[in-house]
Amino acid sequence: MTVNITLIVLMAAFFAAGLYLLLERSLTRVLFGLILMGNGVNILILAMSGGSGTAPLHSAGTPAEEYADSLPQALILTAIVITFAVTSFMLGMIYRSWVLRRKDEVQDDPETLRADDQDDYGHGDTDSSEDASEFSDAGEARPLRRRKAEPAAGAGRTAGEAP
Amino acid sequence: MIAADLAPLAVALPLLGAAITFILIRYPSAQRFVSISTLALTLGLEVVMLLAAPSTGTHAVRLGGWEPPFGIVLVVDQFSALMLVVSSVVSLTVLVYAAGQGTSDGDEEGPVSIFHPTYLILVAGVSNAFLTGDLFNLYVGFEILLTASYVLMTLGGTAPRIRAGVTYVVVSVVSSMLFLIAIGMIYGATGTVNMADLAVKLEDVDPATQLVLHLMLLVAFGIKAAVFPLSFWLPDSYPTAPAPVTAVFAGLLTKVGVYAMVRVETLLFPGDRINSFLMVVALLTMIVGILGALAQSDLKRLLSFTLVSHIGYMVFGLALSSRLGLAATVYYVVHHITIQTSLFLVTGLVERRGGTADVDRLGGLARLSPLLGILFFVPAMNLAGIPPFSGFLGKLGLLEAGVELGTPLALLLVAGAVTTSLLTLLVMARVWNRAFWRSPEDVEDPDPILLAAATDGSRVTASLQVTGEDTGKFAGTDSVTLLPATMTGPTIGLVALGLGLTLLAGPLFTLTDNAAAEMLERTPYLEAVLGAGADR
Repeated sequence: MTVNITLIVLMAAFFAAGLYLLLERSLTRVLFGLILMGNGVNILILAMSGGSGTAPLHSAGTPAEEYADSLPQALILTAIVITFAVTSFMLGMIYRSWVLRRKDEVQDDPETLRADDQDDYGHGDTDSSEDASEFSDAGEARPLRRRKAEPAAGAGRTAGEAP
Repeated sequence: MIAADLAPLAVALPLLGAAITFILIRYPSAQRFVSISTLALTLGLEVVMLLAAPSTGTHAVRLGGWEPPFGIVLVVDQFSALMLVVSSVVSLTVLVYAAGQGTSDGDEEGPVSIFHPTYLILVAGVSNAFLTGDLFNLYVGFEILLTASYVLMTLGGTAPRIRAGVTYVVVSVVSSMLFLIAIGMIYGATGTVNMADLAVKLEDVDPATQLVLHLMLLVAFGIKAAVFPLSFWLPDSYPTAPAPVTAVFAGLLTKVGVYAMVRVETLLFPGDRINSFLMVVALLTMIVGILGALAQSDLKRLLSFTLVSHIGYMVFGLALSSRLGLAATVYYVVHHITIQTSLFLVTGLVERRGGTADVDRLGGLARLSPLLGILFFVPAMNLAGIPPFSGFLGKLGLLEAGVELGTPLALLLVAGAVTTSLLTLLVMARVWNRAFWRSPEDVEDPDPILLAAATDGSRVTASLQVTGEDTGKFAGTDSVTLLPATMTGPTIGLVALGLGLTLLAGPLFTLTDNAAAEMLERTPYLEAVLGAGADR
């Protein structure tokens, strides 16, 4: 099998940049990372299809080896369409996240923060009105990451809002 | 024309239904009618296919008349037919439950009307993944169901769901990418993506390359199946989705990953090269998962952890790669789809009745609603593996298969499986003691709905709830039926089906045993796709 070195280098660059962006906290960068890596995968499939050749339209007298392999291109086309769908969905989700929280960032899981906060298991329920369930309102408006620094202020605020 | 030729309809009908429900987006009752009848029709066809499967054997449907290995084939054998029927039963039940929830809350307007088309597309993707005999088509099936699941996961677009949805989408996309990379490399190594053709050609590939390809596929499917240590995303993202959505995700999506792992292990890469590795992974999945569940107080998260833990049982049976182990795995998959889904449906009911899914804020549910108590108790004991429930039978099969193999690692796994079962019982007993058994007055910070209803029967008006700080999602509504028959009905049905798995255990185990034998033998599959004499 022949391998095109340009394609391999390009693929490596896409994967490297994509992975770097994927590990960022900003959602837009994560999306860019996913797009880059998706294209890296497409190039990988292209590289796996072997050498170039003539268009895969049947003409009499052309030996089979001279045609380009068309199946990987069909696979890539499918993968591009799927990446497109996921990209547009993620854009919608990132916009929604920004509308709701004014933050283009991966949010912390409130349950994880709750587990971080508690000294022992017995006192874990003081924050339970702010858990991940859909009934919570009080905990949503402010950035979750600050809760670890000021748990007392968070608790006081919930109590203050209750009446 | 034989029954197995109906296979494409299992994918096409839900897709058609999705198109129709999308057109009917302004007519909720018509939408409900179309989606429920589509799934019922699909289920009927699949039952016909399952009943015919033992007599016709493995059958391949060539889409568009293209000869394999060039065209896409759908392969119906006993395993895939069984999985189709179980998944359709569960998805139909959850659909009725979700429709019931929508009707009784009167929130049929608004963005939730996208639920029905998306849900049908999810079912189509699941059916496609179960049926396909083509690796790239399996990827497409995964993407269909994942894209639908992204929409369902973030339904309504509230802040917690968006937060959980981001993690879920990114993890799923990365796992799909790994799968696609594996497909690309497999194509480079063999020049085909047809699974039967691959099964023949992969044997000639260099063993080291085989191992790489094998592990890449397993990692990709391991993320989807939530096998430790690739399960981190599941307890974070599932609990925030609406109850019916979580139920169907927990029941079906991880099992599609398990199904794909079974196909990889039996068809593409048979042999016991990485079995010890899989056994260690299975042990860790069981133990770490159930220890996570012990630490939770939120019922939905707790159940998500038990879900992860019990995936370990399926990997365990798979890793034994014996006929008994594989048969027990298939039985366990069927059992677990039913039971885990019913537990999540009951959790949805608990959340309506008690106002929260936090076990620490619940109490006295067994007295407030004995029906709810029974509906939780039966599948909970079933999950823990108490005789004579199906969980016990499935675990018994796995333990027997483990002892039959008899290596130290297999015996360690047997011990781990028993421990996990006992810990599951502990987890379920804790939930039972807190949420169902203690008196409601002992609850420290109960949701207003819980106590308001204690004196006022099953119907609660909004005026009773304004005293608390949290009026929940029923704020502003005049009256709401907390446990409508449209929601309890499907739950009762699914719990009863879980009991039925015990009554039907004999025929069902014969079926799974035959399915396992078929898969281990491989010849029926290869001959069905490639024609007689294609093997070797």
